[in-house]
Parts: sequence; C-alpha cells; structure tokens
Amino acid sequence: MSDAETLTTATEPTRPSSDTAPAPRRGRRGEEIAKVLFVVPAALTIIALFGYPVVKNLAMSFQNYTLRTFINGEAPWVGLQNYVAVVTEELFSKALVNTALFTIGSIIGQFVIGMLLALFFHKNFPLNGVLRALFLLPWLLPLIVSSAAWRAILEQDSGVLNVTLEGLGIINAPIPWLTSPDVALIAVILVNIWIGIPFNLTLLYSGLQEIPDELYEAGALDGASGWKAFWNITWPNLHAVVSVVLMLGVIYTLKVIDIILGLTQGGPANATQTIATQSYQRSFVEFKFGQGAALSNILILISLVFAIVYLRATRRQVDE
Amino acid sequence: MVTHQQRLAARQTRRGLRTGIAIVLLALMLFPVYWMLNISLQPSGGTLPSSFFPPQPSLAGYTTAIQDQGQNLVTSMVIAVGTVVLTLLIATPCAYALAQFRFRWISWALLAILISQMIPGIVIANALYTLYENIGLLNSIPGLIIANAAHAVPFGILIMRSFMLGVPTSIVEAARVDGAGLVRAFLSIVVPISRNSLITVGLFAFLFAWGDFLFALTLTTEGDITPVTLGIYTYLGSHISNWSAVMATAMLASIPAIILLVIAQKYIAAGATGGAVK
Repeated sequence: MSDAETLTTATEPTRPSSDTAPAPRRGRRGEEIAKVLFVVPAALTIIALFGYPVVKNLAMSFQNYTLRTFINGEAPWVGLQNYVAVVTEELFSKALVNTALFTIGSIIGQFVIGMLLALFFHKNFPLNGVLRALFLLPWLLPLIVSSAAWRAILEQDSGVLNVTLEGLGIINAPIPWLTSPDVALIAVILVNIWIGIPFNLTLLYSGLQEIPDELYEAGALDGASGWKAFWNITWPNLHAVVSVVLMLGVIYTLKVIDIILGLTQGGPANATQTIATQSYQRSFVEFKFGQGAALSNILILISLVFAIVYLRATRRQVDE
Repeated sequence: MVTHQQRLAARQTRRGLRTGIAIVLLALMLFPVYWMLNISLQPSGGTLPSSFFPPQPSLAGYTTAIQDQGQNLVTSMVIAVGTVVLTLLIATPCAYALAQFRFRWISWALLAILISQMIPGIVIANALYTLYENIGLLNSIPGLIIANAAHAVPFGILIMRSFMLGVPTSIVEAARVDGAGLVRAFLSIVVPISRNSLITVGLFAFLFAWGDFLFALTLTTEGDITPVTLGIYTYLGSHISNWSAVMATAMLASIPAIILLVIAQKYIAAGATGGAVK
C-alpha cells in the first residue's frame, strides 16, 4: 500500500458516511474500483461494437461463411480462398479504380470549395455566423435524403438540371447523369462533394480563426496581402488543420456506401461500384459473408495507411 | 482627399456586398433542399415538375407519405431517442473518467477510441448480422439502437471529455470533503456543469441514429421494422411513380436536422468543430 492510500484509510472514519460514499473499511481500494466502473460500460461497448467486429471479420474472411452457415453452423476454414476470389474477379480492379477516383475527386472538390468558403467567411460582415451555420444543413441531413433530392435534380428527362441546361442552350440532349456508365461516377462524386463541403468549411474556418491577427498585421508591413499573405501566412499556419481535414476526409470517403446505393446502387454496369459497395453486395445481396469480409478487410487496410498519417497529425490535438 | 465618412461608407458597402454574396452562395448550397420542398408540394406522378414554385401548392404528397411512411417515421424516432439515452448513459461517465481520473492508460484508451472511428460501418454490420442472427436481435429496435450507439459512443466520449477537462477539480473535491461519494459528485456537480456538452452529444447521437441507413438496411430482413431511411430507399429503388410522395417523405425526414440547426445552432456548431465525425 502506498503512503497516500494509508493516509486516506486513516482519515476515513472522520468522513460522514452516506449511501454513495465507499464503505470506510474498503477506503481507497473501493474508490479505485468505483473509478474503474465509470469506464467499464464504454469499454465493453467499444470491445463489443468495434473490437469484436474487427476480429470476427478477420475470422470470417478466412472461412466459407455463407447462408448455409446460419442453417448448419458450419463455416469451414478456407485459408486465403476468399481473398483470391475477390481480388482475381474482373470487377475488383474496376472497384479499386472507382474507389480511388471517388475518394480523390470528392476530397479535392470538397477541400477546394470548403477552403474558398472558409476564406470568404473569415472576413467580417453582417449575418456571417448565421449564414455560415446554415451551410451545415447538407451535412446534417440523412444521406439517403440527400440522395433522394439529387435523384430528382439529376433525373434524365424531367430533372431540373437537364431542363435548365437545355433551356440555356448549353446542352442539346439531356445528359443521363445517373444512367450512363460514362458520367455516373462523375455525378456521384459531385453529390458527395456537396455533402462534404460543410465539414471542410467548418474545420478550415475554425483553423483560420486560430491564426493570430498580429501575423497578418506584421505581414502587411512587409507588403504581404492577398495571395501573398495566403501563401506565406495562412497556408503554413493552417498546416495541422489541413492535414487533419484531408486525412479524415479520405477515411470517411473510403467507406461511403449510403450515397452510392441511394443514387445508383453501384450501377449502371458497375460504373459506380467501389470496394465498400462491393463488400455490401457480397455480404448482404449474395450472402457470401466470407468474401464480403475479405473486401471490407482490404478497405480497413487502405484506411489504416491513412489512419497512421492521421494519428501522427492529430496526436498533439488529442493531448489538449 | 477621402474623408473619414467616405471611407466608413465604402466599408459599409463592402460589408453589405459580402452579406449579399454569402446569401447567394447559401441559396446555391441549399438549392437541393428547396427543390425537395418544391416538388413535395406539387402533385406529380412519374414525371418531375420543373416549375420553380409550386403553382398550386398541394399537400397530397404529404398525405401519401404519412400513409406509407408514418409508421416508419415513428420507428426512426424511437430508435433515435433510444440511441441518445444509451449513448449518454455509456459515454458520460467514461468521458468524465478520462478527463479527471489519472489512469495510466488514458492515452491508449483515446487511441482506441480514435481508431474505432475508422472502422467502416460495413465491418460492424457484417459482424453484428451474424451475431444478431444467433441472439435474436435481427429485425429489432434494440438491435438497431445498439448498432447506432457504435457511432455515437466514441464521438460522445471525445466531445464530452474535451469539455470536462475544463471542469475545475476543486469543485468536485469540495463536494467530496462534504461527504459526497464519487457517483453523487459526478451526478450532482459534473453532469449539470457539463450540460452543454451533453446536449451537443445528445443532438448528434439523435442525428446519427435518425439518418442511419446502413444498419437499417443490413440488420433488418423481414420488413416489420423499417426506419424511414430504409423506407425512402425502397421508394427510390423501384421505378418512381409518385415523386411528390418521395420528396414529401424526404422533407419529413429532414425536419429534425432543420429544427436542430435553427434552435440549437450553438450546440451543433460545437459538435461540428469538436468531433469532426460523421
């Protein structure tokens, strides 16, 4: 027993007893147990809802886990068969390329627009706070609702986008945004950019607010304003926030399923199929849970690479 | 020579101009939401109306939506409220412990929480489906509440912990000296002081669960439990024969987000920058 513990035990009897206070005899030990109990429910939740799924997925990916497994409980071990099956399939390379295009396209679009908006709102004008807050709406809506709204806008024959573009004489024939394999991925990326703008705007804006005004004042004396001030003062000071925004963006975009299912269901002709939607399809449409698990593990592996960079970038923030 | 008044006037104009630009940008950004509202108010079948205002606003779409999806909206509400309660019960004590107790393994716990946010939902769905199949939680509201807590608990811990780091230890210690136990000090002092962060977490837990689609899609198989997101997906899946009903349902499903953004802006903004999670 440490000195501190002995001391507490010694003074314990003078403490008025109450129903919630630890029993005097147990003293410090009881208190330590009580402290741990604060964490137990959350620890169990995280183990059950994250630890278990990760381990279970890993196991499933090496098993022949199908609908039959639910009936007779048999899931024979098959080694790397699931991985070989999903990787050698023709669709895999397509899904991989789509995942890369979807992620890179979304991130660039969201980041550039979010940054421009953040710089704009960093200036002082009436109603700034209220208007900026309203920009959050697309981010708070259920993703499937956003998909529905965009389905209506992008509809080929009577959707408002084609009707407007035709009315303005920009296009001659309606563009099959979500029904042509040539443009569907672009349309899906555009919608995902729209959803991600608020996230980028909000984080980058709060990053801009952190940069002390004195830096700009000092810069102005040296003749740095406009773009020069941005490159020499804003950008270097925003570095930490930018890396967090980008890494989080990549990790969240890699696992997007809702929007793609809502807009195209991975079609037309698999033009918008990604690793994440493929994983869903294998598990819950074809009921090949082993293969679905293998694909989702590949997804985790890709995320992990970015996660390591992310964790290094945020380590300082966590300690705050 | 420019007078002081003129300079001031020029600045006023510039500021006013910026507000104007901001309003235009916001209008562009929120156009899809307006379009949902517009179409929901126009009677339509399989062809979308293209007029920018409903010429004769009609609530027919909403009548159909409530007939078809009213029950689903109630289901989503029950799941969302359940998720809020479960999340706060689990995350609040943990957030306090990680903020104030000096455990040696705190940085490991935080690392685990951060990593947990990177696990794709489909991984959780895969594992929970097989687990739920065995323990009978498939097609059940508790099953969906638990799955949704997966998103909300780590988020809640991070948000509330960063707030509770600012709670002065002296207040709690004073209460302890007066005889309050650990639990009572937590409930009667820490929780009321941290009220704002609890509200923020509660609102986001609500929105996460209300907007959840992946778990609704994968952890229900029989159609007796259908959250509204799944209802909209079913509407969208087949050939759409009644656009106004689809858009009316989408509008109804947007109401929580809209209301919370208007009346609880402060809390939403706090969650948006604090957690940066979705």
